[in-house]
Amino acid sequence: MPEKKILSANGNQMVAEAYRQAAPDVVCAYPITPQTTIVENFAKYVAQGRVHTEFVTVESEHSSMSACVGSCAAGARTFTATSSQGLAYMVEELPIASGLRLPIIMANANRAIAAPININCDHSDVMLAANCGWLMFFAENAQEAYDNTLVAIRSAEDHRVLLPAITALDGFITSHAMERCELMDDETVAAFVGEREALYPLLDTANPVAVGSYTNAEPHYEVKKSQRAAMEAARGVIKEYGDKWAQVCGRPFDMVDCYGCEDAELIAVVMGSCAGNLRHVARELRAQGKKVGVARIRVYRPFPAEELAAALGSAKAVAVLDRSETYGGQMGPLALETASALFQAGVSLPLKGYLYGLGGPDVTLDDMRRVFRELELLAAGDASVDTKVAHLGSEKEGE
Amino acid sequence: MASIKELSALPERLCGGHRLCGGCGAGIAVRQVLMGAGDNDVVVANATGCLEVSTTVYPYSSWNAPFIHNAFANGAATCSGVEAAYKGLKRAGKIPADKEIKFVCFGGDGGTYDIGFQSLSGAMERGHDMVYVCYDNGAYMNTGIQRSSATPHGAWATTSEVGAAQQGKEQRRKDLTSIMAAHHIPYVAQASVSHWKDLVSKAEKAFNTPGPAFINVLAPCPRGWRIPSDQTVEIARKAVQSGFWPLFEVENGTWSMTKVKGDRIPVAEFMKPQGRFKHLFKPGNEQLLEQLQRECDEYYAYIEARCNAEG
Repeated sequence: MPEKKILSANGNQMVAEAYRQAAPDVVCAYPITPQTTIVENFAKYVAQGRVHTEFVTVESEHSSMSACVGSCAAGARTFTATSSQGLAYMVEELPIASGLRLPIIMANANRAIAAPININCDHSDVMLAANCGWLMFFAENAQEAYDNTLVAIRSAEDHRVLLPAITALDGFITSHAMERCELMDDETVAAFVGEREALYPLLDTANPVAVGSYTNAEPHYEVKKSQRAAMEAARGVIKEYGDKWAQVCGRPFDMVDCYGCEDAELIAVVMGSCAGNLRHVARELRAQGKKVGVARIRVYRPFPAEELAAALGSAKAVAVLDRSETYGGQMGPLALETASALFQAGVSLPLKGYLYGLGGPDVTLDDMRRVFRELELLAAGDASVDTKVAHLGSEKEGE
Repeated sequence: MASIKELSALPERLCGGHRLCGGCGAGIAVRQVLMGAGDNDVVVANATGCLEVSTTVYPYSSWNAPFIHNAFANGAATCSGVEAAYKGLKRAGKIPADKEIKFVCFGGDGGTYDIGFQSLSGAMERGHDMVYVCYDNGAYMNTGIQRSSATPHGAWATTSEVGAAQQGKEQRRKDLTSIMAAHHIPYVAQASVSHWKDLVSKAEKAFNTPGPAFINVLAPCPRGWRIPSDQTVEIARKAVQSGFWPLFEVENGTWSMTKVKGDRIPVAEFMKPQGRFKHLFKPGNEQLLEQLQRECDEYYAYIEARCNAEG
């Protein structure tokens, strides 16, 4: 029988626990705030002899991901973690990891990208990876950081997928805040994640392979096509393991987590820790009889466009909250994905993109109230609200 | 060390049919180094460069050994990851405890002295059981002969041009081998494709030394050095004879130089047959030539003093 331990822990501790339980052969790491306590916790497990892992304390994030590529190609279950400038420094290696179809797992404690330099939460770091061929999971809280990590490992290593995965958690808000969490027992987790069965590992010296060959146009194009196919396959695989893990732990796993969307006319779309604020306000408004809802994206790559369009089925107006920029694009990246999901579903709705919390300003309930208030006006065709992208928190409520 | 007859019977890990230029020093260096691995299993990592491009064009591969190319700046880090996997998987019992594998990474001077330097320094400091081999041809040959920090002072390259205002590269080359010795790793050596016995025995030591080892191999590039493709070994020999490229090793902190037959020759004899130095032999550059000889003497004396001090 699976046994649960209830503990108070922060997101980084929960990621470190998931890493320990999944027994990686190699962890490569370089310190960066606010990720660092993940690998500090893991270093303790190494020192205590609780894991068999070869712990590689590299001299930079570029080398971190480079060593992960070597390790994963060699056949090892391979994890790392990073944030912000660290992820930016790795960017050269991210498409290499996915192009070589290496299921590396990387936690990212989301933090703003410089300049100006800033250690607080936003999604400008992790969005650098959005088009690099990695699966991307976004946790709302510490518990999900744990659950997402386990589902990500299983999905990434599945031979129908073979793609690397980022499990993102909001810096400080989720990485460092203590929450009530549930930790499943080691045996149950070990049984769930299984062992990696590497295809064509370098260490199979009797069957030598060349990894990372130079390719000319046609084979290169074929590889790129295979990566999109793998992403498409990942939709079903993530759902399969998400459901399986939900049965084990008793917590639902939905690519799009919905609150009130069944009948909602005004729906806000969001990702990460801000969802709770939106739901809090949505609950207040529903108590007043307003039909509002919140759709939270839990898996960003592959993007659950059909699920999201279905969740927005009863909406008359949609707001999308982005914690990162596209500077000169029409809206933030999540808003663009949402708009295109609706368009592809043949739905035309007023859609307003909001930017919030860039570099960590507080996201207040008043900001969330403003979103639903403006949505209501938008749905009613009120000319005082347009669909241009707006910054939350930059003006006082009522001004 | 094995005899040349025994060496010739070893498995070919870099097979014929690759696309390196005729007379390329890199191919010679790789084959001689891999002879040093004997009949051990070897996994090869390779930084981006001529060697990688010319030996792996999909769907072909010249490598009769597991091979990984990742990117330009990270040959050493990539190789360290492969070696870490070997340790981790062994500890997990997923590969047999008695299975021995050697790990070697090849990079050109661009991928070693310059863009890959941090990655190399880190991997060596961490103590991975691997051999890093730089095939030093003194410029970015793969992209078309641009200067690197290994390019000799005075050499022409496409980004250290020759004209009224400039006579080739204006800076001295980086003494990478000494820098690697300063990492205090178990084994560091400088070798040349012209002295195969010295090179193979150094490679053998490097492979058999537990922990990190580094070998810097002079590997002339006929295209970049502007020499006929049958002169590779001859010019490399002159580099050694002139003291431009002394053969030495640092074994557990002890420096020693390989004695070379005959007296030292002037560095001009190494430079003169090479088109990349031809401007130096035109009227007006006499002083520069003298300076290059002084720099060569200085460097040779520096290495010699370290070898004598230890000996």
